[in-house]
Amino acid sequence: MTRPEIAVINYGAGNLRSVVKAFEHIGYPATVTTDPRKVMAADGVVLPGVGAAGDTMTNLHARGMVDAIATVIAKKRPFFGVCIGLQVLFERSEEDGAECLGLLGGYVRRLPAGVKVPHMGWNQVRLAESHPLFHGIADDSYFYFVHSYYADPTEQSAVVGLTDYGATFASALAQGNLVGTQFHPEKSGSLGLQLYRNFVQRVVGAGD
Amino acid sequence: MLTKRIIPCLDVDAGRVVKGVRFRDHRDAGDPTELAAFYNEQGADELVFYDITASADQRATMVEVVERVSEEVFIPLAVGGGLRSAEDMQRMLLAGADKVSINTAAVQTPTLISEGADRFGSQCIVVGMDAQRVDASRGEGRPVDGVLSRIALEPSSRWEIRTHTGRGGGRATGIDAVKWASYVVEMGAGEIVLNSIDADGTKQGYDLDLTRAVSEAVTVPVVASGGAGEMEHFYDVVEAGKADAVLAASVFHYGTFSIADVKRYLAGRGVPMRL
Repeated sequence: MTRPEIAVINYGAGNLRSVVKAFEHIGYPATVTTDPRKVMAADGVVLPGVGAAGDTMTNLHARGMVDAIATVIAKKRPFFGVCIGLQVLFERSEEDGAECLGLLGGYVRRLPAGVKVPHMGWNQVRLAESHPLFHGIADDSYFYFVHSYYADPTEQSAVVGLTDYGATFASALAQGNLVGTQFHPEKSGSLGLQLYRNFVQRVVGAGD
Repeated sequence: MLTKRIIPCLDVDAGRVVKGVRFRDHRDAGDPTELAAFYNEQGADELVFYDITASADQRATMVEVVERVSEEVFIPLAVGGGLRSAEDMQRMLLAGADKVSINTAAVQTPTLISEGADRFGSQCIVVGMDAQRVDASRGEGRPVDGVLSRIALEPSSRWEIRTHTGRGGGRATGIDAVKWASYVVEMGAGEIVLNSIDADGTKQGYDLDLTRAVSEAVTVPVVASGGAGEMEHFYDVVEAGKADAVLAASVFHYGTFSIADVKRYLAGRGVPMRL
């Protein structure tokens, strides 16, 4: 594949620009889109995230993105969920009691009392298994987090990376061509860019 | 482990960084993107751009600054100064800022905090506070009419919030700084940047009592600001002051020491750092 089409889903949340600029920076221009058809036609899809689960789900429904995301994942196209974009793939969130997409088994829970919330800043990701998403990235590397809820997957085999903050939670997940991180690669400096590069390799590979 | 963050603050006037970096004369010390890239290389955990542009017609230049920086530097970026409405916040967030910081506007219109948190998420909304020690013997800390009683100064209050501090000392508000911190968090602030007016510019160290009092009063991260002169001051404010992050300007700009120096020093003393 010469030039993979990467679609970044625009559902009205902020921070799209940083994600797009990060892909541009590594040499793979991405397209921001509100069009479910373009999402379904893309070689790789990114669901970025900032905001609350309830609002996110409302916006995804209003823009006809729910079926589009399910289709992309069913077709095993490379898909990257970032932060809230990862959380909404699960069944339900404690945030706003939101019903989520149910594409991954498990729930989204509030970080426990006793630590400052939001979990904001640089924290380590301990690799639970070797995965191509972390190619060239050392175990226990630091990534930038900002969130108050975390995903608690039913399927432990989907967990690629773990992070400790009040609880130990899954900070990186992968199931087939679906990957997701609780941290923000687009805000995690050179290692975050490396992670996006690894994702694009997967996109390119999927087209072969 | 979650690290403590070291954050350089850059003042921007009409699109140019003022107080340039002296030890980098071969580069354009006033260019925000160059400086952001430089601090990123040094290991800055986040960047704060503070707009000190006085004239309203040059305000739009800050949006361009944020756009350019966020295209080149992939670490968190906070923007403060001159934000008065949710629309102002949105403009910066869409330009690429991850957080927006309000200070005087939050005191004048506290609902701006909740409006911003509802629309953009708490994690985007930073409240900057300028606190000053109250010395009753100097006649400070007097009640001010119209202040909500639950945040008003009391005889036991130790610090008062001041506003408009950019203009020569600022104005007293009659608001207790620690109570104000709790209040802004209830309103939806996701982070507090706490500046000590007494310590700011002294290079004698952060106000540890103030920082600890605020950090223990709230459930969100607290960024200490004002007073850094030596590397030890950073250690003191994260340990004794319980700060989650530390902001500094002149020590970095003038090359007293570098961000890399501070981070190595703190790591050597056992503070969790991203090196």
